[in-house]
Amino acid sequence: MTRALKILLLVSLSAALAGCPKKPTTVPNATQGDSVAATTDTAGRGYSGVGKGVAEANATTGDSVKIQAIIHFDYDSSLIKPEYTSVIGAQARRLAADRGLKLRLEGHTDERGSAEYNIGLGERRAQAVKRALLLEGATEAQLATVSFGSERPMAEGHNEAAWSQNRRVEIVDGGR
Amino acid sequence: MTAVLWLGLSSATASADSSLTIQITRGMTSTIPIAVVPFAGQGPLPVDVASVIDADLARSGRFQVLSRDEQPQTPTSVGSVDAAQWRLLKTDYVVVGRLVAKGDALELQFDVVNSMTGSRLLGYSLPTNASSLRLAGHRAADLIYEKIVGVPGAFSTRIAYVSVEGAFSARHWKLVVADSDGENAKVILDSVEPIMSPTWSPDGGRLAYVSFEGRNSAIYVQTVASGQRERVSGRAGINGAPAWSPDGTRLALTLSQADGNLDVFVLDLATRALLRITDDPAIDTEPCFSADAQSLYFTSDRSGRPQIYRIPLAGGKAQRVTFEGAYNARPRLSVDGKSMAVVTQDGGGYRIALVDLASGQSRILSQGSLDVSPSFAPNGQNVIYSAREAGRAVLATVSIDGSVATRINARAGDVREPAWSPIL
Repeated sequence: MTRALKILLLVSLSAALAGCPKKPTTVPNATQGDSVAATTDTAGRGYSGVGKGVAEANATTGDSVKIQAIIHFDYDSSLIKPEYTSVIGAQARRLAADRGLKLRLEGHTDERGSAEYNIGLGERRAQAVKRALLLEGATEAQLATVSFGSERPMAEGHNEAAWSQNRRVEIVDGGR
Repeated sequence: MTAVLWLGLSSATASADSSLTIQITRGMTSTIPIAVVPFAGQGPLPVDVASVIDADLARSGRFQVLSRDEQPQTPTSVGSVDAAQWRLLKTDYVVVGRLVAKGDALELQFDVVNSMTGSRLLGYSLPTNASSLRLAGHRAADLIYEKIVGVPGAFSTRIAYVSVEGAFSARHWKLVVADSDGENAKVILDSVEPIMSPTWSPDGGRLAYVSFEGRNSAIYVQTVASGQRERVSGRAGINGAPAWSPDGTRLALTLSQADGNLDVFVLDLATRALLRITDDPAIDTEPCFSADAQSLYFTSDRSGRPQIYRIPLAGGKAQRVTFEGAYNARPRLSVDGKSMAVVTQDGGGYRIALVDLASGQSRILSQGSLDVSPSFAPNGQNVIYSAREAGRAVLATVSIDGSVATRINARAGDVREPAWSPIL
């Protein structure tokens, strides 16, 4: 499977204004390989069911992204709460048992505040989880971080119930 | 990375759901009464130019536009305006015009008559053609606005924004460009991963933005007319918050590099030389250039909560700029360089504030609960931003004196992160 980025240029049939954009560019998910279909049902990452908890999130979600665990955070905090000690420990043991295993730590915030600053807050949470895993014996090469800020909430809604779900780090298998 | 280009045939229906409607939510108490009479020579032309001008002036909130069915006569030249009839209706200004064929092209000729004197206040001939009539109308509205209000109009501009559409579990992020009146919305990028932070090049031809299409953030520069684009920053870690230098040759941006710590850098687009500007363990992000391009304003939480700082590009210490309020982020400099729009936390909500750079004083402009992503109109008179209304993200504008506000709704989905183009 090629890893090349595929860009689908759709030729627009109408271009009213001179200098107007003529070709919408469709970017498929990089993980979808050769599939360049540009319809709405090619959604890259199935997030259905994720909101119901870690147990269900362990099921494969439609493509190669497999969520192993979710750690939630308090408002404006990147402190890992004591209740997640066992989650961190379990992931660290997996990493120690298989040095070829890699994990992606995906940081998220709730919807409030400025979008790019939230990217920073999400990264801070991902880095906190990374440090905790390193302390438990994981190696630098096994861990990658990414922050989606407030872009990818897992719970719909605009109240504390949704926000508390959305302040999180998702630990996902990152290939090897 | 190799880029494989696919050329396929498809109709451009993707834009249908992304179009916008605009309504005034707050207007000035004293507005200028004006009438725009239907133009001669409209014939079968696809766009009613007079109604484009009429709608622009009305949407500005500074004019009271007399509706067509109230107009006492339908003159199309200065000489046929009966000023007395318009005076009776307390209409100060009457716009009349004609579309005249010039070979294959057209000329939009219009005049503004002052009904107090009966004389011509303004007259112009704008070359155009059948497919550019809307733009010609916007240009005419800009000229009329400038003559009467005293500052340039910003109608012949575009708005770029991100539209998030589709079921919650199958979202699409679309980068959309629309005219300033919400018409002609076109999707220029469609992705199943987030798109963020679009911003116009100073020449109005390109957009820089963040795309997560490779599962990590990267910054792209896309030429709007051709769709051609280039990845200008795809380093390990975060690539975010692009902002153009005033001359369009450099981008200020945020990188986290390997250690995960966000700092602000400046990238030379021609040489790809990267210059580190900040080096602090806090989150430093959301840079924007000062008017003289000698320094950057940026958001940093080095004092605990996010505040705005200014740092010289030549090196030196960052100076804190904002002191009012516990949260100030995402600075955008005004056109005259004397103030900036920021996101500020006010009584629990996030609002758009205007900070006077000389005094440091801050004035809240918006009234929502989650107002973010301010962007100035190129005439400096309005700020467009993202707001939340009934659970949906919408766009809104507010004038810098707070007197005029509009709300811009999309037919579907969430629309956010608006960026107002330069004058086209």
